[in-house]
Amino acid sequence: MMIPACRLADLPRGEALRLDIDPPVSVFHTDDGELYAIDDTCTHQDASLADGWLEGCEVECPLHASKFDLRTGAVDAPPAKHPVRTHEVVVADGVIHVRLSAEAPRLPPCVASRLAGGPA
Amino acid sequence: MRTVAVVGASLAGLSAARALRGQGYDGRLVVIGEEAHRPYDRPPLSKEFLSGTLGEAELALETDGEDLRAEWLLGVRATHLDTTPLPGGTVHLSDGRSVRADGVVIATGAAPRTLPGSTGLAGVHTLRTLDDARALRDELALGGRLVVIGGGFIGAEVAATASGLGLDVTVVEAAPTPLAGPLGETMGALVSALHTDHGVRLWCGVGVKGLGGEARVDAVLLEDGRSVPADIVVVGVGAGPCVEWLEGSGLRLDDGVVCGADGRTDLAGVVAVGDCAAWWDPRTGAHRRVEHWTGARERPAAAVAALLTGGAVAPGVPRAPYFWSDQYGVRVQFAGHAAGADSVTVEAGTPEGRDVLAVYRSAGRPVAVLGMNQPRLFTRWRKQLA
Repeated sequence: MMIPACRLADLPRGEALRLDIDPPVSVFHTDDGELYAIDDTCTHQDASLADGWLEGCEVECPLHASKFDLRTGAVDAPPAKHPVRTHEVVVADGVIHVRLSAEAPRLPPCVASRLAGGPA
Repeated sequence: MRTVAVVGASLAGLSAARALRGQGYDGRLVVIGEEAHRPYDRPPLSKEFLSGTLGEAELALETDGEDLRAEWLLGVRATHLDTTPLPGGTVHLSDGRSVRADGVVIATGAAPRTLPGSTGLAGVHTLRTLDDARALRDELALGGRLVVIGGGFIGAEVAATASGLGLDVTVVEAAPTPLAGPLGETMGALVSALHTDHGVRLWCGVGVKGLGGEARVDAVLLEDGRSVPADIVVVGVGAGPCVEWLEGSGLRLDDGVVCGADGRTDLAGVVAVGDCAAWWDPRTGAHRRVEHWTGARERPAAAVAALLTGGAVAPGVPRAPYFWSDQYGVRVQFAGHAAGADSVTVEAGTPEGRDVLAVYRSAGRPVAVLGMNQPRLFTRWRKQLA
């Protein structure tokens, strides 16, 4: 599925935009001008990576300092142990689009149990 | 370097072992841990684990399939470090074994302070280890009246969790304002007001004289003569570095192992990391022990680099200290040093809304930032401290 995110001109370098779909996905515009999209929720605990610390091609979770590689979704630093999904980014007519991955998302235990109707 | 011993198998020790392999060390690696458990994450112990939403398997710090090619000596305590001959030393263990290593990473952490006369009284807990958390969780499940002694972050998190579980909770704090040390008076009062928001009683400015009860605690006795009835008591009055085993080793000990800005001690081949280590802080011009999770995760890489190169690599400037606390559904985040600030201003949110973003400044320059449920703004301000 291809989802329009925003105009490229509206996402400055060093910034991130969260798409409030389920589960949320975020688009990152790095300081070097690259665009990446990954699942927005840290796989360790419920936190938005779009609120995190962007450095190079890596984003650090704003809460507990897990780091994810925007290119691969891999965890570069604990406490998270599972990668996030990456999504393809396409810019057409000045608009950023995200092509959603077909993989199953990895959600943190607290979010997964909430979605399953368990204790929050 | 042919053998490195990492003494301590929690986050700092594991981070050191990972850094050793990550930086190309290929020799023998021995990790010594007093607890019987593989490395696990402590922050959830006062929160999700205590409330039962997170299980033990999810606390594991190692990832599936991770192999550091280490010898794990678990359930055994280091009793003495003999540093002759240098570099490194011989780590003597409680089971009579010893490990001779030419590189030693000290990561023995800190242990909670206790109340004099409280040992052996059932119902009295401290919270540091997985075993502590299991015992406390089992008692909280029975309900009743909980008194938390100490209004710091551990105490506050336990109070919040127990309140959420339906217990009747009182927090007793000796200082007039909880958290004034790390956050300053104004913000300490603001964050600790979360207790009263949630029906938890907060008694400040009164010390604890002792505990009541014969075999089991039944009250907390205050210095002003009052007593607070209690079925369970949690003592959260800080922690001291686990360095007694290093006495006589020749290492300089002063509220922790005294280290340079790269974790090196005065002795060749010996570095210290995590809660037991007092690193030189170029920002404040003093040795400082920082009991933060982030420090235990980030600093071992610098210490290992210094160990492997003999200090040839200049340490980078560390990021400002950072910690978080989750209480009553509010995410509290803090970075920097509040002590040096001459002003603190609320830049966003309101005290009433419990969503403030506050910036501490010294001569107009930001030196610390506090966020309550403000992760995005907090990250932006935190970058300005770097």
